[in-house]
Amino acid sequence: MSKRVTRLFIIIALSLALFFALRACFQFIQAPETPRLLGALVAVIAGVGGVWAIYWLANEWVSLIPFRRIQEKLLPLIFLGPALFLLAVYLIYPALNTVYISFFDRRSENFVGLANYAFIFREPDVRIAFRNNAQWLIVVTTTCVVLGLLTAALFDRVKWESLAKLSIFLPMAISAVGASVIWRFVYAWQPPGRPQIGLLNAIVVALGGEPVGWYLRPPWNNLALMVIMIWLQTGFCMVILSAALKNVPDELIEAARIDGASELQVFLNVSLPYIRGVVITVTTTVLIAVLKVFDIVYVMTRGNYNTEVIANRMYVEMYRFVNFGHGSALAVILFLAVVPAALVNVRNMRRQRGEQ
Amino acid sequence: MKQPHTNRSTARKVLTSSIVNGLVALICLIWLLPALGLLISSFRHPDHITTSGWWTVFRHPFDLGQYTLENYRRVLSAHGLGRAFLNSLTATIPSTFIPITVAAFAAYALAWMRFPGRDWLFTLIVGSIVVPLQMTLIPLLRLYVSLKVSGTFPGIWLAHTGFGIPLAVYLMYSFISQIPRDLIEAATVDGASHFQIFTTIIMRLSLPAMASFAIFQFLWVWNDLLVSLVFLGTNKDVATLTVVVSELVGTRGQDWHLLTAGAFVAMVVPVIVFLLFQRYFIRGILAGAVKG
Repeated sequence: MSKRVTRLFIIIALSLALFFALRACFQFIQAPETPRLLGALVAVIAGVGGVWAIYWLANEWVSLIPFRRIQEKLLPLIFLGPALFLLAVYLIYPALNTVYISFFDRRSENFVGLANYAFIFREPDVRIAFRNNAQWLIVVTTTCVVLGLLTAALFDRVKWESLAKLSIFLPMAISAVGASVIWRFVYAWQPPGRPQIGLLNAIVVALGGEPVGWYLRPPWNNLALMVIMIWLQTGFCMVILSAALKNVPDELIEAARIDGASELQVFLNVSLPYIRGVVITVTTTVLIAVLKVFDIVYVMTRGNYNTEVIANRMYVEMYRFVNFGHGSALAVILFLAVVPAALVNVRNMRRQRGEQ
Repeated sequence: MKQPHTNRSTARKVLTSSIVNGLVALICLIWLLPALGLLISSFRHPDHITTSGWWTVFRHPFDLGQYTLENYRRVLSAHGLGRAFLNSLTATIPSTFIPITVAAFAAYALAWMRFPGRDWLFTLIVGSIVVPLQMTLIPLLRLYVSLKVSGTFPGIWLAHTGFGIPLAVYLMYSFISQIPRDLIEAATVDGASHFQIFTTIIMRLSLPAMASFAIFQFLWVWNDLLVSLVFLGTNKDVATLTVVVSELVGTRGQDWHLLTAGAFVAMVVPVIVFLLFQRYFIRGILAGAVKG
């Protein structure tokens, strides 16, 4: 009995020590006068070590309980509890709250019914955002998937396949912010007569044309922004589609060849139907990413020059207009647009789980 | 069944093969050129960048006098990218490891513990993937402001953990649930507690799955702009690289010597991580690690 009491005291002491240590660490990290490198180091230790210490202590608390049956009932709560808590705080509660406040005015004080939805469907600026998102959806999704298929099939035929693939999927490691700077430079414009420093305008001028303000002049500037996303996302499509294509049984392909099918026919009539499920998953995934596009537009144009998209408009409503009613109505619309595609993906994930 | 090769068909094969090789090379070149332009420009003198195209360096590629590190020195010190770099590290590393730990514990409970409502909870967690980030921003922003955790690093760690939970649990679960039952039962017979089983057997065996998710989450958090803008903000003391670079585009949009060097500073860490751990990253996205 006394042994248990000693343990209890030790665990209480350790819990208090952890609490104060973490609090001291967080204050140290946050203080402006803390040298940044040291702050980063403390952050890593406190963040990573802290979370482990919390689980360990929670487990020790449970092990103090004398009845094994209660222990076994509590333990799943210790293991699963933090994940469920974070899920509730960061996803479930805010999502429900967003739906709720989308029926209220800018400060969520008065009920306004569907007025926010009426506003976003009426307001010309927001309608441009919807139009642009629809264009992005069609152009970017189709191009990414088609280019992904094309590169996956084509690269399979060269000896330096892995190197070739690397150059297409390297952009996956680059942020949309970085990619936007890269492409702003490709699109750079100088007045006619001065040397063009942007690659595209240099080509246009060399061919005898006038330099073009690629991302500034509607309506084609939207396409200039879409190219950035295509550049970023094609690698993702290629990796997944390439793996799927390599799984098509050789016997099927050989059989078609013996029947006299050309390479193109083999691809269209044998390989493509075989990987249909993967093509759908890739398409829905890119589609979701495209619907939520924000960074590229934010960095390139801030939504000016008719390039507005829903996610950027929502950010503008939140910060510039401070209208939480409009902002949350936009979020709900975005959610409704994403849900059908996301459900297809979740169903695929559950099916995979079933197959295992 | 092999057909006899005539000279003609051999010639055709060589031709097709060189066309394919040429086409592949062309695609790769188109894909790499934009980034190459940025990289080269970041090492050129500011005056040269604005008066001649970056491709002109190839006239005398080994004339080292045309390259300089000055752009980097300036952008790292005067424009605060050095600080932002460390802020990005401070924000990203815990935001990578905390969700792995939390998700691994949860996945273990879902796979190997018996309690009521287990399947239902799994569906709830994984189903939350359908919620776009935008659906959470306004309520969380208000919550953060009222709790005074807006602009703090632990605040963004927990935000990234919360957003990452559904995917992380899904990936960890699909791995942890595959660990042979015999291993776990043998340990139970030996008197090991769940916590011991988790820290020894599970952690050791699921390292590859954890690595996949870690690489993926690291890249995602480091490259993220929206979550950083909303939860950390533009204050120089805490702003991450993506935020500072996007501010730089807004305020110094024509200063290409700063933008090119700045963008490269923001890209170098994820590109190195990506090149080193490509294998895990690809395994991760093939297993369904997808986020937007």
